[in-house]
Amino acid sequence: MSDFPPELRYARTHEWVRVEGNRATVGISDYAQTQLGDVVYVELPEIGSQVEAQSEVAVVESVKAASDIYAPVSGEVVASNEELESAPETVNLDPYGDGWFFMIEMSVDSLSDELLSAEAYEALCVEEGD
Amino acid sequence: MKTPLAELHAAAGGRLIEFAGWEMPVHYGSQLDEHHAVRNHAGCFDVSHMAVVDINDRHGEQLLRHLLVSDVAKLKIGNAVYTLMLNERGGIVDDLIAYRRADGFRLVVNAGTTQKDLTWLVRAERELGLNCEIQHRRELCIVAVQGPQAIACVRELLQFDELTQLHSFSFTECEGYFIARTGYTGEDGVEIICQPEAACEIWERLVEIGVRPAGLGARDSLRLEAGLSLYGHDMNDDTNPFECRVAWTIDWEDEQRWFIGRAAIEQVRDQGAATKLVGLKMTERGIPREGFSVLSDAGVGVVTSGSFSPTLGQGIALARVPAAMHRACRIQVRKREIPAKIARLPFVRKNKQDLT
Repeated sequence: MSDFPPELRYARTHEWVRVEGNRATVGISDYAQTQLGDVVYVELPEIGSQVEAQSEVAVVESVKAASDIYAPVSGEVVASNEELESAPETVNLDPYGDGWFFMIEMSVDSLSDELLSAEAYEALCVEEGD
Repeated sequence: MKTPLAELHAAAGGRLIEFAGWEMPVHYGSQLDEHHAVRNHAGCFDVSHMAVVDINDRHGEQLLRHLLVSDVAKLKIGNAVYTLMLNERGGIVDDLIAYRRADGFRLVVNAGTTQKDLTWLVRAERELGLNCEIQHRRELCIVAVQGPQAIACVRELLQFDELTQLHSFSFTECEGYFIARTGYTGEDGVEIICQPEAACEIWERLVEIGVRPAGLGARDSLRLEAGLSLYGHDMNDDTNPFECRVAWTIDWEDEQRWFIGRAAIEQVRDQGAATKLVGLKMTERGIPREGFSVLSDAGVGVVTSGSFSPTLGQGIALARVPAAMHRACRIQVRKREIPAKIARLPFVRKNKQDLT
């Protein structure tokens, strides 16, 4: 069964967000990495780029398929996890820790109500899994 | 539909997907691990979704000489051939393996084309005025055991020493097992056709002695590394053998043998095909996927199969490109154009990488 840490917020497109001050760290959920299978390639956003919530900013590829990663919040990309370029399997091994993708300095109030609680997101995954 | 091995897949943590109407395991946890297990040791695949068709009739030869590009009159008992059925336009109806048994022929055809193939067989039979017994053996299972240790493992299991003498594309039948030295991974191995109970038993015993269950995901990345085409992707009803790198299967020798599609492909042979199927390797990071455009000075082509190669650690593809395209090209990977080059096939030969 997938893990859904309660302190995180989740997008319907399977990204998680950890908010600390006005910085948001973003990755993909445990459920998403299980669905994808072995991750072999990650394309990250450039540091300094401005991103809009719900726009495509990164790509994660498993052996089988490619998936877009959407920015869950608006703001400026201030960090990218370059470790993933040489060790993409980290996304499978530690999706909520070392497998993070990028960090966004949020513009004011960009944390949308669209983002789900762990409980609501888990319910969504259960529904999708059926 | 489910194969008789479905419960074993579920118990082994198989992640099931729908494939050609069948519920099949795509992997059992890690496609990469399964891929490497087959390259380095041995893996087993349930390919019971593929169809076994038996033609037990003295007219079988006449029917198949009319239907297949290979000349089965030359096929000896105990031997098999990789071959094609064409339509009148020279397009590929299916690719298959034909086995010659003492009392007739056995065909193993793709899951997704089974009904089309059966219709095609029966139509040809009627046209020739034959009355062959064409039997779709739905009850039979197929277990592929592949990898450098596959033969040793199966030999140990079945206590069947002759297995090592079985050469590539030959088969033997003993105690209800039909064992052919064939496969779809580029590794040594066998494909075993048998009744469901025997298939379940052999599967469990294979796993016990360390053969790793492998899903359709690994099967696809292994066959792509081996440069083997997949029907419905790299070839179809509208592409001819010259466009799909499988014209070598055609036996032209007997000029009186007008197999279906011969007239059309003789024309292609003499005039040349406009496109060709090539292997491509990405020279920078990026993974080509089916449908991506291939850009070159000679014109635009399309990726027909693409994946990350677990053995090479880079993106590889089969692509249909203009016949005039040489060596270098670019593949449109989403918003970026990534350089690629034509690679010699197979990409991987029995776990030896071709470094060119």
